[in-house]
Amino acid sequence: MSRKSADYMNPYLAGVLLGVVLTGSFLVFGHGLGASGGVASLTGAAESALFPGRAEKNAYLVNLVVSPESPLDNWAVFEILGVILGGLVSGWLSGRVRLETFHGPRLSARARWGFAFLGGAIAGFGVRLARGCTSSQALSGGAVLSAGSWAFMFAVFGGAYALAYFVRRLWT
Amino acid sequence: MFPLNLEVLGHAGTNALYVLTGFFFGFMLEQAGFGNSRKLASQFYLNDMRVLKVMFTAIVTAMLLLFGMEVLGLLRPGALYVNPTHLWPGIVGGLIFGVGFVIGGYCPGTSLVSMATLKLDGAFFVLGLAAGMVIFGEVLPLFQAFFDASGDLGEVTLPQALGLPAGVVVLLVVVMAIGMFFAAERLEAHFGKREKEPC
Repeated sequence: MSRKSADYMNPYLAGVLLGVVLTGSFLVFGHGLGASGGVASLTGAAESALFPGRAEKNAYLVNLVVSPESPLDNWAVFEILGVILGGLVSGWLSGRVRLETFHGPRLSARARWGFAFLGGAIAGFGVRLARGCTSSQALSGGAVLSAGSWAFMFAVFGGAYALAYFVRRLWT
Repeated sequence: MFPLNLEVLGHAGTNALYVLTGFFFGFMLEQAGFGNSRKLASQFYLNDMRVLKVMFTAIVTAMLLLFGMEVLGLLRPGALYVNPTHLWPGIVGGLIFGVGFVIGGYCPGTSLVSMATLKLDGAFFVLGLAAGMVIFGEVLPLFQAFFDASGDLGEVTLPQALGLPAGVVVLLVVVMAIGMFFAAERLEAHFGKREKEPC
């Protein structure tokens, strides 16, 4: 692709616009935005399909599958469908849709895939323990001043900053 | 009066509205630069504080709009979902999440956007998320009591927890955010110069 990528938006402007989207979600649905819930529902449905009976024995995953007949009929699944579409259209308009791997200067793309998977697995575990992610807890709960969401948010930054020095070779 | 009554839209119409909401959400995450793990990770090396700026501007914007509408009587009292506080699972889960964030370079929403723009590291992060969630489900019985009951305070807000009027807490959050934005600009001016290679 020869087209030059556009610059990213000014972060304060992007924040205001994201805040407007978040407000809109509260005004329309009565709740904020979510990303991890949809991934969890898809994961539960995939586990049920691949290992019949397995997810059903797992009380935790049963809770994710809202309706046993159609486990994917869940608002969070529809929302992440939109997130993927919106990300694709934004990237396309800005010339950023291309097959590539973001990695630190000292890391090979292949090693980066491994660390991305590992980090994803750790984050996925943390998400379920904390009952939400940066979207559903930090942004959404933060805006309505949930005490637990603010505690979660500072814990996320705390955990990341505490480890950042030790994994600096991944990024710098 | 908000939130809206969506019964008139029916099930399919409501789901379409969720897809549309997600569309704007994903669009803004990508525009903010959050489809790029190097931009996200820069937050933790202090040379690009974009994560903090976008997150806190978004929180402050939504908080002020929602608080203003509540003061004006445009919101049905108690109609907005407030995440219940499970203090200790939230803090421990948050610390673990932060570790995954700095190793993997994404959070769930940003990894979806990254994958949507064909970034392979984003796609591997999404697969990792699914694996981590399955592992959580498998080992949860080992700490079920902690997950269910530890620090279970219900729907408690910061004004309730601190014993302050909501307006005062809103003001404190705004002041804290502005302070953090000034600090972020200073830190970027100091550490940002060391970043030579383009992202």
